Amino acid sequence: MTPLAGYLLVAALVFAIGLAGALTRRNAILVLIGIELMLNAANLNLIAFWRFGPHPEALTGVMFAVFSIAVAAAEAAVGLGLVISIYRHVRTADLDKMNRMKG
Amino acid sequence: MTIVFWILAALTVAGALAAVTLRNTVHCALAVTTAFAGLALLFLQLDAQFAGFAQILVYIGAVAILVVFAILLTRGSETSEHGVFSPTWLAGLCIAAAVFALLGWAVLRSVNAIPQQVMAPAITVKDVGNALMTRYVLPLEIVALLLTAAMVGAVIVAMHEKGDVK
Repeated sequence: MTPLAGYLLVAALVFAIGLAGALTRRNAILVLIGIELMLNAANLNLIAFWRFGPHPEALTGVMFAVFSIAVAAAEAAVGLGLVISIYRHVRTADLDKMNRMKG
Repeated sequence: MTIVFWILAALTVAGALAAVTLRNTVHCALAVTTAFAGLALLFLQLDAQFAGFAQILVYIGAVAILVVFAILLTRGSETSEHGVFSPTWLAGLCIAAAVFALLGWAVLRSVNAIPQQVMAPAITVKDVGNALMTRYVLPLEIVALLLTAAMVGAVIVAMHEKGDVK
């Protein structure tokens, strides 16, 4: 197995674990954690392709990963703010109990 | 494939698995921090110093703290009486397994077709800074605007409404 295949397989595994977490957990915060894991797996893919692909001096993969980290940070802040705001209305972070559009 | 890679991969995957399976939410936050640290070390192993340290600063320094704050503010550490997994967990698990099988099959089928660079790229943080200030300056400005908007938006969304005494 080449090094690139190893990194890609680790990224695929972390992506699948994050997807499983986002699809199976009840707690809204843990669903957000699963989404963060999926974003991180994508970043690992970008950097692995940058490291083992042609023209690493163009820095494309690293730039993609750095901007993706910044966007993920913004997403985490807004997502957790939404969870706290919903918790204030329905007194729970359980996604199965958030079944009304009307507060 | 070095032994360091296998240790870091095992650390990352174990942290991610613990984060989605543990019952106590605070333990999940700690486990996901381990997974983020493992990914940062994998970035460093791939000679991407700037991305690795940005990962440590942003994920371990900020996102993990935010997650812990959100857990404590929503009393998320109390486990629900119905269990921690949703009723449709089997379908979710099947979908995730199918996605992993597809991705793994695609990687193993196609990866030998890609030419592999064996030499480590001689990229310093100075080069990254130069690129950010010249070729990538417009995306940088847009990300700065996005972060400001997200910060203001998060504060407004989570702020107490007037007259809300709860």
